[in-house]
Amino acid sequence: MTVDPKQTHVVHEWKHGRPLIACRFDPTGRFLFSSSEDYTLQRWEVASGEKTAWEAHDSWVRGFAFSADGAVVVSAGCDDRLIFWHTDDETPAPIREVVAHKGWVRTIAVQPATGLIASGGNDRLVKLWSPDGKPVAAFEGHDSDVYSLLFHPTENLLLSGDLSGKVHQWDVDSGKLLRTFDAADLHTYNKGQRVHYGGVRDMALSPDGSLLALTGLHKATNPLGAVNEPLILLFDWQNGEKVRAQPADGIRGIGWRTQFLEDGSEICASGGAGGGYLLFLKTAEEKPWHQLKLKDTVRDMDLHPDGLLVATTHFDGHIRLCQMSAKSD
Amino acid sequence: MKAHYACQSSEHLVARRQFLGSLAGGFVVGGLGALTNPLAAAELSRQQMRVLVVFMAGGVSQLETWDPKPKTDTGGPFRAIPTAVPGMHISELLPLTAVHMDKLALVRSIDTKNNDHGKGRYQMEFGRNQMPGMEFPHLGAVCARGLERSDNPLPGYIKVGGGSRGSDAAWLGPKYASVGINGKPPANSERPGGLSEDVDLLRNKFRQRANERFLKQRRTAETDVYTQSFEQARDLMTRRDVFDVELEPASEKQKYGDSQLGKHCLMARRLLENGIPFVQVSHSNYDTHNENFNFHLEQLGEFDRAFSALIGDLHDRGMMESTLVVVMSEFGRTPKINARYGRDHWGKAWSVCLGGAKIQPGAVIGATNANGTEVVERPVDHGHLFHTYLSAVGMDSLGTFNVGGRDMVIADPSHEPIHELIV
Repeated sequence: MTVDPKQTHVVHEWKHGRPLIACRFDPTGRFLFSSSEDYTLQRWEVASGEKTAWEAHDSWVRGFAFSADGAVVVSAGCDDRLIFWHTDDETPAPIREVVAHKGWVRTIAVQPATGLIASGGNDRLVKLWSPDGKPVAAFEGHDSDVYSLLFHPTENLLLSGDLSGKVHQWDVDSGKLLRTFDAADLHTYNKGQRVHYGGVRDMALSPDGSLLALTGLHKATNPLGAVNEPLILLFDWQNGEKVRAQPADGIRGIGWRTQFLEDGSEICASGGAGGGYLLFLKTAEEKPWHQLKLKDTVRDMDLHPDGLLVATTHFDGHIRLCQMSAKSD
Repeated sequence: MKAHYACQSSEHLVARRQFLGSLAGGFVVGGLGALTNPLAAAELSRQQMRVLVVFMAGGVSQLETWDPKPKTDTGGPFRAIPTAVPGMHISELLPLTAVHMDKLALVRSIDTKNNDHGKGRYQMEFGRNQMPGMEFPHLGAVCARGLERSDNPLPGYIKVGGGSRGSDAAWLGPKYASVGINGKPPANSERPGGLSEDVDLLRNKFRQRANERFLKQRRTAETDVYTQSFEQARDLMTRRDVFDVELEPASEKQKYGDSQLGKHCLMARRLLENGIPFVQVSHSNYDTHNENFNFHLEQLGEFDRAFSALIGDLHDRGMMESTLVVVMSEFGRTPKINARYGRDHWGKAWSVCLGGAKIQPGAVIGATNANGTEVVERPVDHGHLFHTYLSAVGMDSLGTFNVGGRDMVIADPSHEPIHELIV
């Protein structure tokens, strides 16, 4: 089937019943893992929609990452911990637990080539762990909470984004801070409300490695009241300069995640006061060229390895599975 | 309005005369004499009392502070942690405060039946529901009057973070209204550089003589207010060092944190140490309809550091017994978490933290149900709390103030203190 974003439509609604938070497909595409405000994790068999749910952390889970072969999934909790699970255990049980950060583990990533795990948290640290959970290194340099992580797909580099809009590029082996991308447009300090808001909610590299997409929000005139709009910033990977801002004018929400499609265009999931959207963008253009409003506000999104399916988590307790192609008869 | 001072009979003047008379009779502050004269001892004890209010503007979440419900449908991502009081748990966002909970108490059963910011603030600060055409004095004004110290020239009611003189004393008169301080010595409180001390003194003597001459013929309540305000401003100029947190050593500033609240709490300590009867600081902003957890994480980090430092200092300096500390908001936040990870307004079941003075340390009053949606034990509201604050500093909250010959009820007579909270 050919990817045709304009034809994107909901093919499945899977009900959990309590508000959902994060989601990720395993690398084989067999399962979708999600987390909920009810402190459970859910595993959904993509082919059947069959759900397995189990109690995991003492708090909410904001991220998942998988070993390269997909056999192990690691959940990142707001209870300081990483928990390792076998992906396909009938009744998942922890393989190991690691107290990774002081405070929330907000984000997690795995380096595909080595299985090295990176985690970032409210202690403003980026930490590296061996595939079996042993501490490898800790990188200090952020002056606000670490919101997002991304391993470079081919080079031994790690990117970490924070609340203040800084993205640090680290040499994984030496821990040396190589450069910092300035994404301050994604951060607001509201003097009236005295709050910091925004942050680099997600990062993605284009398939050809030329562009870095940073996702979040701007126009935060009332952070406490959710008055803000999604924003993607594109940076030239080579020179580190910002090449384009991609706002979604008129949509109230946060850009939670952006991923690149195979053709190099982008899909962004936004959710907030204005509801949930899938936004489709071209890197050469500022505005989304297509958007799909979903039934309820969106909190996370992931692309299936087949490049056709998109999963979103929703406040109304549903997973929505969209297909980016024409409906079959 | 012509001044009416028929017999100089306002309650505090009589009381003060008795108090000063007792002093003249030979007892020493805190000494044996005070113990042998119950009236004077009570007066002395009351006059040494102070009140600090930390107002968490916008409505702090009770679930992220004093009444956590972890792992329930309303619990959110934060866990509960033990405190210095066995069995008492508070949110993990307050680890430094948790250490001091043996000096503090919690009321977890507040139902103010209100979700409006303005009305809620009024309820908590004035102890009554707002009524059109009716004016009542703010808790600060009531304390400024009730805890007035004859030996202290400084204002009785100071809002740290405010900018001007308030009009919140109602029938108590402007003498007891709030004076706003913006975290540093009041503006224009320094003698102008071109004016020597001697010249300034002469200038003021001349002004006083002219004033006295004017008052012989035309004294009114208004002129008295002007005079009081002017004299208070002059007194304040002589004590402007009290307001200067920059005089504190770096280690103290570091202890309170590099936030505005940290500076304000440090200033609050200085003011309380200098005998100001009522000090209010504010922390903003907790009106977290969006991303409640991120914002509480950020705000309560500042609060925890500054507040715990303040409580530690008050304790270390032996001031807790004479200082009532109250952490209040206009209401709490909804147990239900909304679509934007926010919590909305909730006056139906929420909490305050208080301690010091005559508040029973480590007490927990009332309870909510398992997920915090309803009060299930010992429901109280703003009226009960207002009475409790006054009782905790030795005032008769069911009594009256004599104002211009009339007895004015101090607090809502339909309520009483939470007696079991008072030692």
